Amino acid sequence: MANWRNESIAAVCGLLFGIGLNFSEMVNPARVLGFLDITGAWDPTLAFVMGGALLVTIPGFALARKRLKPLFAMDYSEPANKLVDKRLVAGAVLFGCGWGLVGLCPGPAIVNIGTLNTQALVFVAAMLAGMFIYGISAGKGH
Amino acid sequence: MTDDFIVWPALAGGILIGISAFMLYLLNGRIAGISGITGSVLGSSGHEFRWRVLFVGGMVLGGLLVTWITGKPPQLQFDSSLLFTVVAGLLVGFGTRLGSGCTSGHGVCGLARLSKRSLVSMLIFMGVAIITVYLKRHVFAELGVN
Repeated sequence: MANWRNESIAAVCGLLFGIGLNFSEMVNPARVLGFLDITGAWDPTLAFVMGGALLVTIPGFALARKRLKPLFAMDYSEPANKLVDKRLVAGAVLFGCGWGLVGLCPGPAIVNIGTLNTQALVFVAAMLAGMFIYGISAGKGH
Repeated sequence: MTDDFIVWPALAGGILIGISAFMLYLLNGRIAGISGITGSVLGSSGHEFRWRVLFVGGMVLGGLLVTWITGKPPQLQFDSSLLFTVVAGLLVGFGTRLGSGCTSGHGVCGLARLSKRSLVSMLIFMGVAIITVYLKRHVFAELGVN
């Protein structure tokens, strides 16, 4: 019963996330590259999207954290690692390279599966492969 | 700066993304980090598998819903070769898992959790992406590489 409730909530949250990414045009790589191209014809759209999201999450998360536990779960999932380490930095560098190269990060890439756009599907397949390769390497190395 | 930018749909879309992340945190205690959720689908089972698949499936459905209601599919403009697309996909997949997050987990949620790791991560990946775009559009484009 409890699982069923959490899974329904996850589905609704995914739906809202997908609507938000499509409606704000963040699914279009040109919009994202336009934001990152600060010396060219700069496009501030992404800043409004991030601003709108933080407008909700900053007060929202502060409010949620006043509670000892979430409404329908035992505890808040907190990353065990609190340190800025080599993995965090190296991961951010690699991600930044890929993001700047094409203009897709994981969220928009996933939403774009629905468009059946060939290049988007190629990107998603490569992204999943990259995640899979990480999974294998992490399994061995740690 | 370009005149071709959007304000209200961007803010509205951002607010929806924020509501989604807030709800998942307040109700389920989970971080709406897309790379983490997607990357952990493989390797999890039972409830842990199901909620992640439902979230990802919901995202795809949400995008289709907007297209269905507005009657116009989203514009997708790529300016990269297929080779660069594959390389970028691998980098984004591997890098977000290694660095424990992407624009949603470190950006939308991490900043709201006042996480130092997320702030550092976001400054780095945004800075590197800006440099990458600069090199690609304004340096290597002159040489015919795209």
